[in-house]
Amino acid sequence: MAERAGEHYDVLIAGAGPAGLAAAHTAASHGARVGLIDAQARPGGQVWRHDIASPLPRAARKVIDSLSDRIEFLAQTQVLMAQERSLLVDSPRGARRLSYGALVLATGARELLLPFPGWTLPGVTGAGGAQALAKQGWPMTGKRVLVAGSGPLLLAAAATLRAHGAHVLGILEQAPQRAVQGFAASLVRWPGKAAQALTLRARLLGIPYRTGTLVRAAFGEDRLRMAEIEGPHGVERIECDHLAVGYGLVPNVELAQLLGCQLQRSGAHAQVAVDESLRTSVEHVYAAGEACGIGGRDTALIEGEMAGHHAVGASVAAAALQSHRRHARAFAERLRQSFALRPRVHALAAEETLICRCEDVPLSALQGFTSLREAKLATRCGMGACQGRICGAALVELGWFPQSDNPDDGRRPPLFPIRLATLAESFSIDSQGVLP
Amino acid sequence: MSDPAIIRLQIDGQAVEVRSGSNVAAAIAQATLYFHRSPSGQPRAPLCGMGVCFECRVDIDGVGQLRACMIPAREGMRVRTDG
Repeated sequence: MAERAGEHYDVLIAGAGPAGLAAAHTAASHGARVGLIDAQARPGGQVWRHDIASPLPRAARKVIDSLSDRIEFLAQTQVLMAQERSLLVDSPRGARRLSYGALVLATGARELLLPFPGWTLPGVTGAGGAQALAKQGWPMTGKRVLVAGSGPLLLAAAATLRAHGAHVLGILEQAPQRAVQGFAASLVRWPGKAAQALTLRARLLGIPYRTGTLVRAAFGEDRLRMAEIEGPHGVERIECDHLAVGYGLVPNVELAQLLGCQLQRSGAHAQVAVDESLRTSVEHVYAAGEACGIGGRDTALIEGEMAGHHAVGASVAAAALQSHRRHARAFAERLRQSFALRPRVHALAAEETLICRCEDVPLSALQGFTSLREAKLATRCGMGACQGRICGAALVELGWFPQSDNPDDGRRPPLFPIRLATLAESFSIDSQGVLP
Repeated sequence: MSDPAIIRLQIDGQAVEVRSGSNVAAAIAQATLYFHRSPSGQPRAPLCGMGVCFECRVDIDGVGQLRACMIPAREGMRVRTDG
């Protein structure tokens, strides 16, 4: 078997969203050989996901279309294991080992999806989830869609769904009206954001936006037929074809955990701990963007650029960006405060509501355990295909089992379920490319 | 000549067409909402749309447990759901 290991990059970047792309361009501008890996088929991450119906924003195209020949984009590539200064990855070309001088974690965020009665019905997705599906061709024309949850992502999702032909019945924001108004008023500090908000508002004309309102249940036999919503004016049932519910974002820290990077917490959820130079606690490993705490696209672009400088030792250039970084992070903090989840959101799941969708574990089965590990061993909660990515974040948010920051308590490889054949290949790479 | 902007694939034996750039999940959704079944037999469809939840996993060209939301639709693919 051919030796497929051995690719070396001065700077290897995990994640090709705004942070990873900015890091790649910056590191390459210093002459570094850059490897940019992403699980998706195209660069852009979640926020700059390719949309079959409309072109990407100009800023995104500029960054994505100009990858220099010093940057190798490795599509549909996922990290399986971390080794000394190298990552073992699964790619369309099989298992490969990628070694690096410096590693930048730009792993982004995923949507916080919280359990409520009926959330497992086909037709119920995340809000960002519905947006991602629509952009890749999911049939939306004529569908009656309710968008619900929390945060400005709901507006972006609704705009995309409408552009794809959906009939958006309403946007339901759990945060109370005064919180949302306060947030809108604070946008004067971030004129770029205010302009974005105005553009979005125009695209959402005619769609009711209801604050202090949430979806408390979904009904249907074997697919969604109706949603039950609860707000300042009481409870109401609405017939719909699609329910897009998302409660904001949580950082993807699994790769950092696997590498043994120190984590820290912001609210309930863990993020990668970094210093002013975006260094993690592990030598030669940097982190940027959402992985270090939800900060939005602007933060990701700035921190990606900074990490790209630091990864090649250009710390002076990076330091010049520090004040931009603080300004962008301040916006994220304002966002977090304004759209804080109300306790009611945490109490939606009923005894029989499935928490772990992979293994069909209801909330009632989790009572009496003191840690997720204990619950896991007894109930299989978190042991299914998603490896606890959905239910783990949900349980942490619901305050059931506090998350550990201890890097020793981290992930075990492989980071994603893999085929046996891939695993076998990885062993042959470990033994110097010779099949055992 | 066939239109290169249209991709044809089979979902559980049923012919389906999607626009180029679509993923397999979008193609499946044209035929069925039942991507796979949970351990207790409940029908499931994509939740996260971005490769995290694994609720969209199906069999593509004989390879099982693949996330339909992460794979671009290609001409001639044969997809099998648990639906």
